[in-house]
Amino acid sequence: MSEAIKPPVDEKALVAEARAKVTVFDVFLQFLIIGATSFGGVVPYLRENLVTKNHWVDDKEFVELLSISQSLPGLNATNMAILLGDRLKGWLGAFAGLLGVCLPGGMLMLAVGMFYRVHGDHAFVTKLLAGVAAAAAGLLLATVIQLGKKSLSHRFDLFFVLVTVLAVNRMHLGVPKTLVIVGLVAILFHYPRKSEKESVTR
Amino acid sequence: MNEIPTLIRVFAYLSILTVGGGMAAFPEMEHLTVGVHNWMTSAQLVHMYSVGQMAPGPNMMMIVSIGDWAVWEASHSMALGIIGGIVVIFAFFGPTALLALAVGRAWNKLEKWPWRLSIQQGLAPVSVGLLLAGTLSMAKTAVTGWTTGGIALFVLLTMLWRKVNPALLVLAGAVIGALFVHPK
Repeated sequence: MSEAIKPPVDEKALVAEARAKVTVFDVFLQFLIIGATSFGGVVPYLRENLVTKNHWVDDKEFVELLSISQSLPGLNATNMAILLGDRLKGWLGAFAGLLGVCLPGGMLMLAVGMFYRVHGDHAFVTKLLAGVAAAAAGLLLATVIQLGKKSLSHRFDLFFVLVTVLAVNRMHLGVPKTLVIVGLVAILFHYPRKSEKESVTR
Repeated sequence: MNEIPTLIRVFAYLSILTVGGGMAAFPEMEHLTVGVHNWMTSAQLVHMYSVGQMAPGPNMMMIVSIGDWAVWEASHSMALGIIGGIVVIFAFFGPTALLALAVGRAWNKLEKWPWRLSIQQGLAPVSVGLLLAGTLSMAKTAVTGWTTGGIALFVLLTMLWRKVNPALLVLAGAVIGALFVHPK
């Protein structure tokens, strides 16, 4: 929210200085804190902690890594932990980042699963979980709509969305086959056009 | 104990299907964990996924519960169950982690590759479609009547019109559910 105060040159020096002092344990610790506090989505917390608070990366690099994360398979949160950890401390940093961000939620879900196994069919728990599941369904749909608005670049893309849904849910083609077939067609549809790209010199 | 190699196989495979988000792998996850291996029921899977939305960290950490559950059902050993949970984390995040590491390092070269943008633009609608397919199959289990439908709609509209922490909305769903859902 307040990053506009500092001039960009200062930011770069700040990042270089802060990054020189980072250890693998620091990476693990900060990602562990993020993993334990990031209720409702990891990415904003990553940015708050690593860009704003610790100056380990600048905003430009953060956004670049985010766009890599989004175009690869894997969760945004874990891909970001890998990419950021790698930029900070190599593959050990990547491993520390991944472990840190997963550990708190993983331990919590282990405990929740054990509790659910014993008490999952109590009437009160069932009612509570029905509400939670319904809310999660609404949440997911909202996320899909927001992602669609942001990432679809052509009107015809809605057709690919529809075909994908029908292939998986109606024709039961399975996720991998759908991904390969529709994905290939869609990639070919978006073949590189010279006019679109600014600096493609061939 | 025999469940552990199976868990590794299943979750390493699901790992590469999470294009666009964890939910893209949900139909396949449901098929494998419920249909093929009978580790849990659809309702249990949806419950664990949904509770996971209130936990901090990456939003698919309910995979840990599945790993623990699958091994515990077979062995009734708490220690082995926990190992199952840990194994699943490595299986589910390992393959995509290696890919992210490789692509992150090669990015300077890849960024100028003309097909990169095509792949990004082409995969976008497919990943939105996969996420939508996952959401719909999850909603089929989660939305069972007027109350649950109302909760889902309330959360959807709130998310689209206001900036609210999603974990709080899921918590609100829990409260409304506990008060108003009629168990069958």
